[in-house]
Amino acid sequence: MIRITCPHCGPRDQDEFSYAGDATKTRPADPAAASAADWHDYVYLRDNPAGPHLEFWHHVYGCRHYVKVLRDVTSHAVLASGRPDETLEAGE
Amino acid sequence: MILGRLKGVNAFRLPTGGEIDRRRALSFSFDGKSYTGFQGDTLASALLANGVTLVGRSFKYHRPRGIFTAGPEEPNALVELRQGARREPNTRATMAELFHGLEATSQNRWPSLAFDAMEVNDLAGRFLVAGFYYKTFMGFPGWHFYEQRIRAAAGMGRGTVEPDPDRYERMSAHCDVLIVGGGPSGLAAALTAGRSGARVILVEETDGLGGRLRSERETIAGRPAMDWVARTRQELDSLPEVQTLTRTTAFGYYDDNMIGAVERVADHMPVPPDHVPRQRLWHIRARRVVLATGAIERHIAFPDNDRPGVMLASAVRSYINRFAVRPGRRAVVVANNDDGYRTALDLAAAGVEVMRVVDTRPAGTSDWRVRCEAAGIDIQDGAAVTKVHGRLAVIGCDIAPLDGSDRPRFEPCDLIAVSGGWSPAVHLHTHALGAIEWSEGRAAFVPGAARQAHASVGAARGTYGLASSIAEGFEAGAAAAEAAGFPTASRPEVPATDEPGQRPIRAIWATGDGKKRFVDLQDDVTVDDIALAHREGFVSVEHLKRYTTLGMGTDQGKTSNIIGHALMAEARGEPIPQVGTTRFRPPYTPVAMGAFAGGDRGRHHAPVRRSAMHDWHAANGAVFVEAGHWLRPQYYLAEGTPDGKAAMDAAITGEVRAVRHAVGLVDVSTLGKIDIQGPDAAELLNRLYANGFKTLAVGKARYGLMLREDGIVHDDGTTSRLGEHHYLMTTTTAHAGDVMAQIEWYLQVVWPELDARACSVTDQWAAMALAGPKARDVLAAAIDDGTDVSDGALPFMGVTTARIAGVPVRIFRISFSGELSYEVNAPADWGTHVWEALMDAGEAHDIRPYGTEAMGIMRIEKGHVTHAELDGRVTLDDTGMGRMASSKKWFVGRGMLDKPAFTDPDRPKLVGLVPVDGRTRIPAGAILVEDPAAAVPMGKLGHVSSSAYLSPTVGHPIALGFVSGGLERKGQTVWAVFPLRKLAVEVTITDPVFVDPQGDRLRG
Repeated sequence: MIRITCPHCGPRDQDEFSYAGDATKTRPADPAAASAADWHDYVYLRDNPAGPHLEFWHHVYGCRHYVKVLRDVTSHAVLASGRPDETLEAGE
Repeated sequence: MILGRLKGVNAFRLPTGGEIDRRRALSFSFDGKSYTGFQGDTLASALLANGVTLVGRSFKYHRPRGIFTAGPEEPNALVELRQGARREPNTRATMAELFHGLEATSQNRWPSLAFDAMEVNDLAGRFLVAGFYYKTFMGFPGWHFYEQRIRAAAGMGRGTVEPDPDRYERMSAHCDVLIVGGGPSGLAAALTAGRSGARVILVEETDGLGGRLRSERETIAGRPAMDWVARTRQELDSLPEVQTLTRTTAFGYYDDNMIGAVERVADHMPVPPDHVPRQRLWHIRARRVVLATGAIERHIAFPDNDRPGVMLASAVRSYINRFAVRPGRRAVVVANNDDGYRTALDLAAAGVEVMRVVDTRPAGTSDWRVRCEAAGIDIQDGAAVTKVHGRLAVIGCDIAPLDGSDRPRFEPCDLIAVSGGWSPAVHLHTHALGAIEWSEGRAAFVPGAARQAHASVGAARGTYGLASSIAEGFEAGAAAAEAAGFPTASRPEVPATDEPGQRPIRAIWATGDGKKRFVDLQDDVTVDDIALAHREGFVSVEHLKRYTTLGMGTDQGKTSNIIGHALMAEARGEPIPQVGTTRFRPPYTPVAMGAFAGGDRGRHHAPVRRSAMHDWHAANGAVFVEAGHWLRPQYYLAEGTPDGKAAMDAAITGEVRAVRHAVGLVDVSTLGKIDIQGPDAAELLNRLYANGFKTLAVGKARYGLMLREDGIVHDDGTTSRLGEHHYLMTTTTAHAGDVMAQIEWYLQVVWPELDARACSVTDQWAAMALAGPKARDVLAAAIDDGTDVSDGALPFMGVTTARIAGVPVRIFRISFSGELSYEVNAPADWGTHVWEALMDAGEAHDIRPYGTEAMGIMRIEKGHVTHAELDGRVTLDDTGMGRMASSKKWFVGRGMLDKPAFTDPDRPKLVGLVPVDGRTRIPAGAILVEDPAAAVPMGKLGHVSSSAYLSPTVGHPIALGFVSGGLERKGQTVWAVFPLRKLAVEVTITDPVFVDPQGDRLRG
């Protein structure tokens, strides 16, 4: 069971969180200007990198905030975490 | 007198020594026969003390098997323990602590252990090689018939089918340093880590500390080593931050330094005492982990090396030194390392006649050997066992030089002690993705680089000397504490030990020839099977494992994997590290499912949610139904009416009629309620809902539909504007949680600029719907603050506040049933009070409480969709509500609405369905087809989503469903088929609204 550091609550066990999807995807900022291809990309297309991956986790059994997490999917190591609007880089 | 009798029975018990308590005799039974052992025995040691050496039959060949080890690695001595609801199969006799009245039964034999009919498999063994069953039977018609019988013949014991009567617990713990293993290196690590003040947890699998020291005649500082263990334990117990868990197996090493462990709290007692769990599952999160898990001895594959009486040399020493049991009268010792000499000396000291030590290595010398020679024990170098005599028990063996220079010579014996060297228990290290490296000098895989925060010490690292193990433990414990932020003083001095010099091991995996040289005793995998796998191309260790089942038993090949892999390496002509080894996976030893379940059993498996009015429902005849976690009244039975099909139908019919003709009251507290406030709350709702919400006035409610980003309908409900910047959203019961999570997602991640907040208030408000033509009269009578609820003051979709029975309530004029209806929300603590006030006010109109059945029937009559329709596959158009989508704004899901799949004219769309014969019920979930007699696979037109098996208002069964083309097929007939129940009902397609399509009643 991995540990995720919630920016509001500190390090917590994974079972307090629920996975909330790929954080590399950004919803079209101006929906009216977005093309069908933009929506298709946002809704359906996901990369599956072997290595660090940006993702959202929802701290459902905690503060109920969404947390951005940089996680190596090959080792499960959480490399960094922060608020949804933060830019994360692998620290330490 | 009694002691005298016991002494006679325990014929193989040594008069002194061991850890057993000779004052506490325990009686137990094996296969129905009574025996006596002592406190401190395991089932295995007690059986051996009584001269019982035949304890089981093997998995495939049903060969007689005895006790092979003295620890968790036991492949053979698996028994059924206890009786009745506590009967547990495949229990290792070597780990089962003896208690008074213990009942054990051998398994995998019929009719008896000594005469097993299935032993013919052994004679047919030349055919039953690896892959035999698949090769022989797979191609035949009727494989499934054979498979059942083959699997029955290879059974492994019977579990109970009764519910487990015991309790299990779960525990979470955090510590700075976790030490796995209470042997010398683990104890040393606990000492230095504990002295630093760090929080230390020490887990030990057996009932006491000491590890191998319990089974050897080692000394520390000139005293028996167990004195040092006792002193160390005393000091550990005095350190407030050190916790020692015995009878606890660390079975898995998981992400971020989490160790799973199971503590056998009461397995050593007949029945757990009151308020004590049988087992406790630990999740231990540690900053640093020290793995002092020891090593596991392995055997040598010689012909018939599985006969009862062949035993690992380390186990022989355990039985002698720890349990004071002589495992035989005359012994031959065969080894490829100096442990053969150590074992021979212990045997001789225990009065066992040592016939010979057979050393597979060429002649050489060491301190151990010199001691053996001094004791007058015969030694034969460069030789091996080539044959074992005896079937149910060893009666002798043939020994021949490995170079073939002499013919085999018979040696009579009833015990063959074998040591093929040691394999460090690297299991937890590899669970944590640690690397392993082949050590040629030790002929074993040893831990390499760690990936998580752990270090291996002592025998687990391939360090077999006592003083060096203690030194490593001191160092690792101190280093772990320091890494966790606890400075330590200088390392303690390593105490003096008396360790004779050793000659290195020289690996040898198999000797002699013949069909029955066993590598994996539990799975009956032989040297020949490995060779066959190689010949047939299954040369990778992973293929080898699956083809031969090597290492796939409950022991996971603890004594055998390395031998099998080494033999494969020999066959491939490659070095062992190149051939590799399979990865160990948790659990290290089997863990009872009950331990994982803990308290989450039966009614405790999931939380139960009850509405604020639950007790009233229960007191008034409600029959409850589970809806998610909720318990909801399904229908209400009149006092004294027994439940049953007829009573249920009568109750439901009466409830529907009451609502349609007078008035009823239903508990709708389970609907999700989300309080939304803030200047941008209106904007938020406008983006979330497909239909417009900007124009909603204060004091009004509106029905809304929410889509997912992919354009599929997510949920529906009504949202009311309570104030300028204050809304109350309702969701379906099923989606209350995920709609809340979605709102949080958009507010926090997508539109953080919106100044609005959302909060779930589902549990804070009790909700009830008062419905029926008389609803307004009842409501007006119940209101005690004069609030006007006339049609003019509170029209359809109006919202107001009032007081009922002194309680401030919110009133929403909305309708699910299709009748004039008011939803009343009261603070949860006052829910029953308000409910009772409404029931009292309705007495004049014969008000009835109604349940989910009547509510469901009425919403189907009215064509209202719910989660059965909004099943994650339908679009707004599919439900007939496509026109509700606003074209003036962007909302969640709009970007995907133009997908070609969404505009396909053949998409199934919502319709009503009635049986052509006017009486047959239409099964929900049925598939709609043109012609039920057509050949399968047949084209599908749609499906039935909801069914009312009775409709008191319409007069016959009705249903809702989705059919290709939708209402364009109105009036046509199709078939609703349910092949699993062999049902086919001809149905006519109708409008989905069966009652009051104009909506006059709800506006009345």
